[in-house]
Amino acid sequence: MTATGIQPSLPETSQPILQARNLVKTFGRVVGLDGVSLDLYPGEVLAVIGDNGAGKSTLIKCLTGAEIPDSGELKIAGQAVHFKRPQDARAHGIETVYQNLAVSPALDVASNLFLGREERLPGPLGSLLRMLDTKGMRRKAKAELTRLGISTLQDVTVPVENLSGGQRQAVAVARAAAFGSKVVVLDEPTAALGVRESNQVLQLVKDLRDRGLPVILISHNMPHVFDVADRIHIQRLGKCAATITPLSHSMTDAVAIMTGAATA
Amino acid sequence: MTEQQTAGPPAVRKTDLAEEFLDRSTPLSRIRNILHRYPAMSPAIVLLLAVIVFGILNDRFLRPENLSLITQQVAVIGTLAIAQTLIILTAGIDLSVGAVMVLASMVVAQTAVNNGVPAILALLAGLAVALVAGALNGFLVTKLKLPPFIVTLGTLNIFIALTLLYSNGATVRGSKMPDLLTWTGTTFPIGGVRISIGVVMMLLLYGVVAFILGKTAWGRHVYAVGDDKEAARLAGIPVNRVLMSVYLAAGAVLAAGAWIQIGRTNAASPNAGVDLNLDSITAVVIGGTSLFGGRGSIWGSLLGALIVGVFRNGLSLAGLDVLYQTLAVGVLVIAAVSIDQWIRKVKS
Repeated sequence: MTATGIQPSLPETSQPILQARNLVKTFGRVVGLDGVSLDLYPGEVLAVIGDNGAGKSTLIKCLTGAEIPDSGELKIAGQAVHFKRPQDARAHGIETVYQNLAVSPALDVASNLFLGREERLPGPLGSLLRMLDTKGMRRKAKAELTRLGISTLQDVTVPVENLSGGQRQAVAVARAAAFGSKVVVLDEPTAALGVRESNQVLQLVKDLRDRGLPVILISHNMPHVFDVADRIHIQRLGKCAATITPLSHSMTDAVAIMTGAATA
Repeated sequence: MTEQQTAGPPAVRKTDLAEEFLDRSTPLSRIRNILHRYPAMSPAIVLLLAVIVFGILNDRFLRPENLSLITQQVAVIGTLAIAQTLIILTAGIDLSVGAVMVLASMVVAQTAVNNGVPAILALLAGLAVALVAGALNGFLVTKLKLPPFIVTLGTLNIFIALTLLYSNGATVRGSKMPDLLTWTGTTFPIGGVRISIGVVMMLLLYGVVAFILGKTAWGRHVYAVGDDKEAARLAGIPVNRVLMSVYLAAGAVLAAGAWIQIGRTNAASPNAGVDLNLDSITAVVIGGTSLFGGRGSIWGSLLGALIVGVFRNGLSLAGLDVLYQTLAVGVLVIAAVSIDQWIRKVKS
């Protein structure tokens, strides 16, 4: 977090990179989101916390195109966008790591990094025969991992199922952060990890922010949230109960707001 | 390991035990890891053993005439196994492959012979019917979200009934057909073994499908969808479009299978393909493709089809009754699935 000179010291003075206004999403009679707004500024980690069923996952799915909100609007860098599929969000630079680890176990690390955006060979081999540039993708995968400072993945040809939980998470995070994305969304990235592996992932989150990449982090783990977040968005009963910072509020305050025992 | 053993003062022994306990790579699990990495390996070994054993049991087995017979018998099952592999890779199963192939072959034969349609158009009509059949399966699986097993169990019966209704249960003989339709049955010698055009077509199809599965994004998406559908969707793969295209591709392969079948039997019979369904699934499973999807190789299915052909042929040469061949194939399937389950337990 040494000053890079690119980021303004107060994020609120700059334009939000991602803006959500009054998102509503219902599932039959169940109201998942009841008019939620959210701002994400460049170079910050915004944590989203909330009890089970508070609408965290639904909010994230609406931001990332996995669900289509019933109403409300989304803006990226001030421009209105409508996501119908995850690819749409991706095309706008929003990359997501889902809780259930959206990696394909039997495919290798490089294939997973490029899953859904494979690159073809140049020339007629690629355009006519549609051949994949396997070597090129492996080379780029390696370069991206080095650039992101992920040292736990040495061999990009190993099937993901042979990796540990922390390494799989690293693959998922690397996929999200690589290839010029604008926003990285992490859904419970440390939920299934041990202490050491959690710390690695949290360090990775800080590294991403230090490179100017804004991160939305969904987590149940208060120490983790207070460790990395710049601001904290608290969901309660489908609404945003408050947006606080680790400096203005304590963990106890956050839990109290989350459970409805207090207001911000 | 060896270092620790040479270091061997008694005090170190205790940690040795602990490390041995932690190091779980027994020779067996190492074999398992290799088989896991190369799914076509185990069928290749089985095929080699089968050929050696049957060759010893009966010296006629390895004669060129017999090998010609085996390859020609394998041509149809091998082609169906291509379609079956594509679908099983997506964690589906297609019980209707044989029925679709027979329906297509009846359409080809009848339109050419009874309706006097030019042979090439008759083949295209067969292709169209097979594509429609594949599209129907694909539609029911992707849009109505029905399990492929149930969908194809239903369409299996529908296609059988349609075939019988359409053909009135009558076989169309090859002698009446245009030469193009029976062309797949013509043979040429390679070193004494007579290879039919149908076998060449099957091998070409394997080459094409292997290329597509291994070298294109579509192929990788087929594996990803079968491996973990939700993960594939979240990665931005249009899962339903991939599934639909797989069922269509399977239909196209089955149309080729219909052509090969007409050449092989020199006839189109509505009752020909009943046992082909299970034989094709057997070939794929023996070939090391996982019934749970996302794992397997198309070449394994060719080996699987060869194993089925070699077993049936070898057992009958050894003088065993047809019933024992069926029994042997049944045992093979169960053994293959058990091995698949065992291999899938790999964890590092």
